[in-house]
Amino acid sequence: MEVRIEPGVVEKARSLAASIVLPISEFIAAHSTVSVERAVLRLLGVDGVANDEIPMPNAALDALTAEQRAGGVARWIARGIAETAETPATVAERLARGTLTAEELLDVPEAAARAALTPHVQAGLLRVAERRAERERLLTRLPQSPAPLLYVIVASGNIYEDRTAAVAAAESGAQVIAVIRSTGQSLLDFVPYGATTEGYGGTYATQENFRIMRAALDATSERLGRYVMLTNYASGLCMPEIATMAALERLDMLLNDSMYGILFRDINMKRTFIDQHFSRMLNAYAGIIINTGEDNYLTTADAVEQAPAVLASQFINEEFAHRAGLPDEQIGLGDAYEIDPKLEDGFLFSVAQAQLARQLFPKAPLKYMPPTKHMTGDIFKGHLIDAMFNLTSVMTKQNIHLCGMLTEAIHTPLLGDRALSLENARYIMNTARHLGDEVAWKPGGIVERRAQAVLADCVALLERVADLGLMNAIEAQTFADVSRAPDGGRGFEGVFARADDYWNPFEEALLPEGRTAAKAAAR
Amino acid sequence: MRPYGDTLDDGATQLSFTLPVEWSEAADEAARQLVARMGFNDVSVVEGRRIATGFSYFVVYARTPVAVDVDAIRAPSVKTAAMSMDQIDAFVRERIGRKVRVAGACIGTDAHTVGIDAILNMKGYQGDYGLERYKEFETFNLGSQISVEELVRFTRERDIDALLASQVVTQKGSDVTNFTALVELLEAEGLRDRIILICGGPRVTNLLAAELGYDAGFGRGTLPSEVASFVAHRMAERLPA
Repeated sequence: MEVRIEPGVVEKARSLAASIVLPISEFIAAHSTVSVERAVLRLLGVDGVANDEIPMPNAALDALTAEQRAGGVARWIARGIAETAETPATVAERLARGTLTAEELLDVPEAAARAALTPHVQAGLLRVAERRAERERLLTRLPQSPAPLLYVIVASGNIYEDRTAAVAAAESGAQVIAVIRSTGQSLLDFVPYGATTEGYGGTYATQENFRIMRAALDATSERLGRYVMLTNYASGLCMPEIATMAALERLDMLLNDSMYGILFRDINMKRTFIDQHFSRMLNAYAGIIINTGEDNYLTTADAVEQAPAVLASQFINEEFAHRAGLPDEQIGLGDAYEIDPKLEDGFLFSVAQAQLARQLFPKAPLKYMPPTKHMTGDIFKGHLIDAMFNLTSVMTKQNIHLCGMLTEAIHTPLLGDRALSLENARYIMNTARHLGDEVAWKPGGIVERRAQAVLADCVALLERVADLGLMNAIEAQTFADVSRAPDGGRGFEGVFARADDYWNPFEEALLPEGRTAAKAAAR
Repeated sequence: MRPYGDTLDDGATQLSFTLPVEWSEAADEAARQLVARMGFNDVSVVEGRRIATGFSYFVVYARTPVAVDVDAIRAPSVKTAAMSMDQIDAFVRERIGRKVRVAGACIGTDAHTVGIDAILNMKGYQGDYGLERYKEFETFNLGSQISVEELVRFTRERDIDALLASQVVTQKGSDVTNFTALVELLEAEGLRDRIILICGGPRVTNLLAAELGYDAGFGRGTLPSEVASFVAHRMAERLPA
């Protein structure tokens, strides 16, 4: 049921996206952030909390001056190991507690420091690689049901209640479980520690919570004979750290958008661009599928009008992801079924957009989000709208399908709501499984014309963004009617220029060229 | 008055719920007895099935014997006589003689700006322009996750006339907690009587707003012009004659 699109237009869109992202990449390469440095610490095995409940990665990094930090935190840990022969965790703890200071480490020769750290860097990378291999083995032994993968959220605030809900959802057919984060977490400049039982609108993302949920889903996967995936959110101020924790605890997907935090959480754009890059490099290595957040453009603004912006953002997200080394198979570009149900032929427009994404990103595991904006307290109508969303998803071969809840407008899902929602999706997707292979759109008809128009408008929009530059374009309200200034927003104080001798051994290993070199060296 | 199924006063009601029990005939009977204990008559469990290990889902029809007197109920609406944007602007120019300063935010940790954006953003909601578009309103949309302290400080510094607090997340009563914290801080700072205080969100009713000490509360489906109209009228009422 392909719609006809001109290959030249698509190439143009991709080359515009490349020219939009290039200057940002140059900026990223010259900077780091506190969260990137804390991710480095976590990859080296630094965990736990200092006396006053401050996470150890924060406490250790805060022990450095801005000037010391500018060379990268790895160097100080490396020097500490060379000097004391302790583990990275112990060196970090001693820095945090002041029983070892950076001043005492100034004279450690660079070569000795690097040599001392290398085995720990390799050990960190190996831990991640092992979790990836483990996932690949499990997926072979416990194959998933065919796509669209049914994805549901749990969000009670209490990880143990979430666990009950997740297992129940998996039994009802869910193939991906997302633990929604507590509503304030995106703005915390640290990752909370330990198992948590109190959260609002969701449950804190902590490494222990990841572990609890992963263990429960692993047991469920064995019981059901199919692998159940786990998702969380590498977004907000701690993107790289969440990506690290997810890699270590074998999460399978992460929400990880290049612009979402800027537009919808007022997080500084420079911070976000740098953080998304490092977290995506890590996701690439860990085999984690990212989910981008284009659905958010549609929750406040009009879906018909915003369609070209959604597509433009998909092209930009794809380009950022490629630059971080993510292959197409790990780039879950987002979209949503948000067209006003009162609009005549709105379903046709939704199909056109979904089909367009399918054709433009043929290898991407597309993430399709359910209606939220036009859902009301009328749960019966809501259930019907969700059914049309399910039909669109199966006929256009979306891959990751976030099941809509009939109670979307009312509360975070109850256990029974999830069961009804999964049943709706299973029914529609089974009864219409091969519809997309059977129908052909009328040449020049409503669906094809709509798809072509969205693509043309997207190219025009990308041209404007390329002219302005991405940062200025965001300031000029190009995306989601929101304006953000390059130096405004939260977390800007955590951005810093790299010193000439900046060193991040994980980045070196994870860069696309670094990975090739590492593989070559291994052979 | 009772629910209406197909005959006046039949009390016909549909219920659905989950029980934390493996499905069995006994689980169906448990659901029936539970609904009977709620006070319903003629309870009929029309659907009962397992939805997960240790959980079953039920659909139940029953009749309620209880009734309410609708004439004795008071639930005042804040939706004043409908005026268009131009009429409201004209009203403000004529009756108030200066721009009305409005600030709005999603307070606490709530990050869901869909409600406040629908009311304040230029674009508005359902074809009804938002307050930013009004010539006689000076509008500040502070966005999401604004602390109560920050909002109160802003109110004082910018000499705000009308303050709009929005809450979409309602888990564990966080909306009421935040709304209460705002009104208490405004009172403590001596600002409460100087401003028109409004709360909004999908679960907000005007009755709730009154209980919390707000001037008005706007729930789901509210149009920007309804809020603008309320603010303009209330401002005019407060002016010395």
